[in-house]
Amino acid sequence: MSSAAKRLAFPFPAIVGQEEMRQALLISAVDPGIGGVLVFGDRGTGKSTTIRALAALLPEQQVILGCPYGCDPATPQGLCPVCEPADPAHGHEHLKPKVAKVPVPVVDLPLGVTEDRVVGALNLERALTHGEKAFEPGLLARANRGFLYIDEVNLLEDHIVDLLLDVAASGENLVEREGLSVRHPARFVLIGSGNPEEGELRPQLLDRFGLSVEVTTPEDLDTRIEVVRRRDNFERDPAAFCEVWAKDSDKLRRRLLSARKKLKGVEVSEAAYRRAATLCVSLGTDGLRGELTLVRAARALAALEGKAAVSDDHLRRIAPSALRHRLRRDPLDEAGSGVRVERALGEVFAA
Amino acid sequence: MPDSAVAPPSEDPPPGLRAWRTAGLAAAVFAIDPRGLGGVVLRAQVGPVRTRWTALLKALLPADLPVRRVPAGISDDRLIGGLDLTATLRSGKPVAEKGLLAEADGGVLVLAMAERLSPAAAARIALTLDSGEVAVERDGLAARLPARFGVVAEDEGLADEAPPVVLTERLGLFLDLERLSLRDLVELPLDAEKVAAARALLSRVEVGEGTLEALCGTAVALGIASLRAPLRALRAACALAALSGRTEVEDADVETAAALVLAPRATRVPMSAQPNEPEEETPPSESEPSPEEPRDDSDAGESSEPDLSDRVLEAAAAAISRGLLDKLKLAGQGPRGTQTAGTAGVAKLSLRRGRPIGAHAGRPRPGVRLNLVETLRAAAPWQRLRRPGTTGQTGARIAIRAEDFRVTRFKQRSETATIFAVDASGSTAFNRLAEAKGAVELLLADCYVRRDQVALLAFRGSTAELLLPPTRSLVRTKRALAALPGGGGTPLAAGIDAAAGLGIDLLRRGITPLLVFLTDGQANIARDGQPGRPQAREDAEAAARRLANQRLTALLIDTSARPNEKARSLAAVMEALYLPLPQADARKLDAAVRATLAG
Repeated sequence: MSSAAKRLAFPFPAIVGQEEMRQALLISAVDPGIGGVLVFGDRGTGKSTTIRALAALLPEQQVILGCPYGCDPATPQGLCPVCEPADPAHGHEHLKPKVAKVPVPVVDLPLGVTEDRVVGALNLERALTHGEKAFEPGLLARANRGFLYIDEVNLLEDHIVDLLLDVAASGENLVEREGLSVRHPARFVLIGSGNPEEGELRPQLLDRFGLSVEVTTPEDLDTRIEVVRRRDNFERDPAAFCEVWAKDSDKLRRRLLSARKKLKGVEVSEAAYRRAATLCVSLGTDGLRGELTLVRAARALAALEGKAAVSDDHLRRIAPSALRHRLRRDPLDEAGSGVRVERALGEVFAA
Repeated sequence: MPDSAVAPPSEDPPPGLRAWRTAGLAAAVFAIDPRGLGGVVLRAQVGPVRTRWTALLKALLPADLPVRRVPAGISDDRLIGGLDLTATLRSGKPVAEKGLLAEADGGVLVLAMAERLSPAAAARIALTLDSGEVAVERDGLAARLPARFGVVAEDEGLADEAPPVVLTERLGLFLDLERLSLRDLVELPLDAEKVAAARALLSRVEVGEGTLEALCGTAVALGIASLRAPLRALRAACALAALSGRTEVEDADVETAAALVLAPRATRVPMSAQPNEPEEETPPSESEPSPEEPRDDSDAGESSEPDLSDRVLEAAAAAISRGLLDKLKLAGQGPRGTQTAGTAGVAKLSLRRGRPIGAHAGRPRPGVRLNLVETLRAAAPWQRLRRPGTTGQTGARIAIRAEDFRVTRFKQRSETATIFAVDASGSTAFNRLAEAKGAVELLLADCYVRRDQVALLAFRGSTAELLLPPTRSLVRTKRALAALPGGGGTPLAAGIDAAAGLGIDLLRRGITPLLVFLTDGQANIARDGQPGRPQAREDAEAAARRLANQRLTALLIDTSARPNEKARSLAAVMEALYLPLPQADARKLDAAVRATLAG
């Protein structure tokens, strides 16, 4: 790793405004099963900054040492060909794997990435110099149990998008190439950001994101000044700036951890399920994915706020992120889907 | 003023001279802090003016600074880096090759013909500007390399061509040298030593309270949405202070910075400074704060220096010369305009490359490209066997046999543009224009799903008019459609000619056009613009025949109240699919378009 990799990230609590984006990202960190976050909107609104800030905020996690897929020592059995005992009958359960605490991987999927680096491929170096047929894991392996981030996701080449869709759906990466046959776990939170003016996102990919957030430039002058001021201070002296915000970062990190512990215990009442269903019916969202995401995200939001049960308020606050990208897109409705969700919310919750 | 000899003096210099001085100042600011400014959009044709400016910039930059030139058709291999095949083959082990982004680290990246840069390449450069490093994940290589540079984007584009906004948004300075002549290019009192001294001083420059407020407020007043602009302006103000040997930003620096960075991005002119007055004679330093409040949404500036914001705004407004605003908007600098720029690049790229659908064993032949990296991978495991006698790595060359050959197949991305040619003449307008619009809207929804481009042209009166060049923005299409006026004669031949012309143009760019005519087939204006039914009919048929000869795919939607024989026969001459509007419900239209596309 070069020194560039250690460059300090802008502290998450220092982000000004952009409440919806921050909320969605924190929720995806509390419950990775929600299906990731898509951040779409104006240029220069700090989309990328906020996502990188989240990476720096995440608490460390335990992994089996030496496992290229970062397997969890708590549940080592699974698909990983390294950690799985070769013969289940003679499993080495007596061998306790060595464990390490490492940062949660937040892997960048850069534009221009080639297929072999995404899924993994024959290790060229070892093949050329030693004549060995060894598998070199790709970015999907590195992102396992972490986050996969694609900036300008709408500019990603279609064949790479297809690979991602495949793996994101199954949670595992199956590689059959150059005589290799490898299958390994690849569960990750997909985070995408982009600007709709560069082009629309393919509907299949859109649907794959759990939450979708629209960001706009703040209109209010004071807010704008504060954004520029903090950015400027950070760029002039990143270390000092991070130091100032360290306490807030720690506090937020502890909140995240406690929310993860609480998550399972958060109650979803019959009434809350009903509310969620009514809302989805009135919006005419396809399938049950919207409903499920809505409830799960509301639960994560409740956990994040230390609440024991999901309230109407939680549903209401998360509904736009959970549902706006699932509405049948009417390209001629200038109001946009966010407005339609708001309208439906007003009706359902007024009742 | 940062430098009395460089900044506009109080007497009124000719506009060209002023522009050249500004250009010189911009070069100095950029040379002091390339990364902080992000870069320069240099709008100029190839010629002595651009050459002089480039030479000036070069003289101001440190001699050992890497400067890398990026051609418009750059491939990812060269931009990002990848496997060095020659070296790999020679040494028998993988050798990485740096891309231009990493090579430019610490220096300047010059984009030749930036208006032709593909959106994909522009996005890669833009993201590198943000992070200061380039992530290489290619050809089995994984690396993060530092790539901190400033960009000079050479824009030779015409009115409807501009560098991709994703990139220009991040470049702080914008220079238009198009109207300068050789006479304007006086010696400027800038030298490398002074710039070097400023560079050394830069980190100690302090920004006072009020500066941020002034720059942010001015950005708002000029209708600049992005927050990157005031941030870049702040950097420019610091560089200007350093250029004057100061460690404190003064008001004059802020004013000049606003004129350099904010003014060219303006999407509206603030009320107090309408540029239809002769604006050139008002140098920023002398302009008096306007008595009336120029902004109504501002509450900043009251704290410390109540008039700094106003003066910065005045300075910026004064820098906006007449006509520039419209030109900038055309060039896609506005917050919403981007669609036309770059689409041609995408099309060309996809024509050349299409979408790779994997590498397979096979021989390269025309249209099937050898995939060197995959070939190498296929050959790699056999190297030991193929070298009898020598074991291990003796630096021998790699033995590649025919069976190792891997080729990449490309699936031609079938990029389609649907051209709607709408008859908006009197006969249609009174009868069915509204319904025709409805039909177009239905088709638009379908185009959205298929990610097609859409273009709209209308014919009425005596000519055909392109209302919307090919775009993916449905909002724009809808707007153009809503604004479509009706009435007048029916220049059917002109409409067919225009649609066919656009279709041919798109074909040339690698896009498959689909022509959709909405007309009742009643022509009454001939090609020469003269009224007369028989001639008009003859011309329309001739145009339709030509369209058929050019093998353009077309669909004719008959907008008459009842299926009309004239429309039907015209469709036949065009070899177009014929669809009377009365039956044209959404599903049928959709099926018709699909069938036409498939056929």
